[in-house]
Amino acid sequence: MSLDKEKIKHVAKLARISVDEAKVDSLTKDLNSIFKFIEQLNELNTDKVEPLTSILNQSLRSRKDEISDGKIREKILKNSPKKNEEFFVVPKVVE
Amino acid sequence: MSNITNQSLSEILESIKSKKISSLELTQAYIKNIENAKKLNAFVTTTFDQALENAKKFDNKPNNEQLLSGVPLAVKDLFCTENVKTTAGSNILNNFVPSYESTVTKNLWNNGAFLLGKLNCDEFAMGSSNETSFFGNVINPIGDHLVPGGSSGGSSSALAADLTPATIGTDTGGSIRQPASFTGTVGLKPTYGLCSRWGIVAFASSLDQAGPMTKTVNDCSIMLEAMSGFDEKDSTSINKKKETYSKNLKDNIKGLKIGIPKEYRVDNMPKEIDELWEKGKKILKDLGAHLIDISLPHTKYALPTYYIVAPAEASSNLARYDGVRYGYRSQKGKDLIEMYENTRSEGFGDEVKRRILIGTYVLSSGYYDAYYLKAQKIRQLIKKDFDDSFTKVDAILTPSTPSSAFKIGEKTNDPVSMYLNDIFTVPVNLAGLPALSLPAGLDKKGYPLGLQLIGKALDEQKILNIGYAFEKNCGYKNEIKKWWS
Repeated sequence: MSLDKEKIKHVAKLARISVDEAKVDSLTKDLNSIFKFIEQLNELNTDKVEPLTSILNQSLRSRKDEISDGKIREKILKNSPKKNEEFFVVPKVVE
Repeated sequence: MSNITNQSLSEILESIKSKKISSLELTQAYIKNIENAKKLNAFVTTTFDQALENAKKFDNKPNNEQLLSGVPLAVKDLFCTENVKTTAGSNILNNFVPSYESTVTKNLWNNGAFLLGKLNCDEFAMGSSNETSFFGNVINPIGDHLVPGGSSGGSSSALAADLTPATIGTDTGGSIRQPASFTGTVGLKPTYGLCSRWGIVAFASSLDQAGPMTKTVNDCSIMLEAMSGFDEKDSTSINKKKETYSKNLKDNIKGLKIGIPKEYRVDNMPKEIDELWEKGKKILKDLGAHLIDISLPHTKYALPTYYIVAPAEASSNLARYDGVRYGYRSQKGKDLIEMYENTRSEGFGDEVKRRILIGTYVLSSGYYDAYYLKAQKIRQLIKKDFDDSFTKVDAILTPSTPSSAFKIGEKTNDPVSMYLNDIFTVPVNLAGLPALSLPAGLDKKGYPLGLQLIGKALDEQKILNIGYAFEKNCGYKNEIKKWWS
């Protein structure tokens, strides 16, 4: 299948990336050449194959439900581009 | 000791131990080299003051019992370092100063090393030439027009140019082994789960693995020993006893069975790569190893599988860059959604955006089964190929890359031809196996070429031993003219 410009704009919307109108053509070309490459996989019949979801022969560990961290609000807020004393600040979401 | 920085890590450690050189003198020598090598663009950040402080501290109270006593190290800028800017080669993290240290770097410091600086890399480790970094491309010390490989291109360039005695990179599809091959250095991608991923900027979490890049195989074993180990903070960390790779390094490989997979002889592969492979086979055979022809039938599907799995995981991992909690935020946009869209559009480079879009698409409603599920099934087949082969052989020998270092700009307009560079390295990541790239020879142009040894899961010691024996008998010597200083 091939990806058209509208589809790409839709996917960009899902990914929360604005796409420059001037770049849509070259992006469409690049993505289509990548998907053409990927579609070699359709040569293989995989009906009876189990998907590989983890490379490790172990199940994920569980741990005790205990608090091991905390009281680091300052550290967490330190790198925020916009904040006040206690919160991250974002553009207004409710009118 | 004007030539100290030419030496291997193990030789440098010996000189420190025997007090032939102080940690301070050593650190000053590297700082001088780094200042003279700005043209290579290998560093994003340097931490000279901190390094000099640490060197003095060591000299005042030397502890020579550690694996990396008194040694300054530069690391890829994908490892979070406490109070030192960590960018992942991206504009979106250009102002990010972690308040924590990655487990792997912490392990290095706990073994006596200290930070010299942060090395340039492809943006979010997405690239094979170090041309996608926001901080500009890195130059290969082999030649001023050549890429150093990627994504750990700053690491390979700095190591080959004597700007750090050893270094660490990360390898999601070849990002340690391919740059090692392009610069005539040694690079190891460990078994998935051997080195903690905690505190490493995430790209594709089921594939990412940190590993050493060094001048010799012995150095590689020292670095692996120092950086590896179980970590509670990484849910996929393997809980097992720590190994002493450097102490157990042996060059006797008599009787070992080395698999030669026929599928790694690809169309249009330069004759030189084939000849190099033949040379490698001969060296191992002469050392008493048995060569066995094997088949890994799904090899050709590894790269297309990777270009579903890796972007899918990346699109999910990179969703965190929202301009709210850390990193860059765009000033444009009238509401929250527009702020997100502009932040991500301005903060990410083209290759990263391309991969986020691929990943978002293959995971989107209606396409998941056709792409992501299909890729997971083929990943199973690729892993099974290796499992079957490892019932017959101890290790597998292949070329590391289908070519030597290419020219800057040569492949930037054709993403698929860039991706094809990782054709021999990607299968190993999909199967979670360890693999070592060794410098093995030069091509007609005098550029380095590498061979790759693939091992069973957690069988690092064996491929290091084979590599150690290979290195002693290969006669490869990296002689780089320092044209940049």
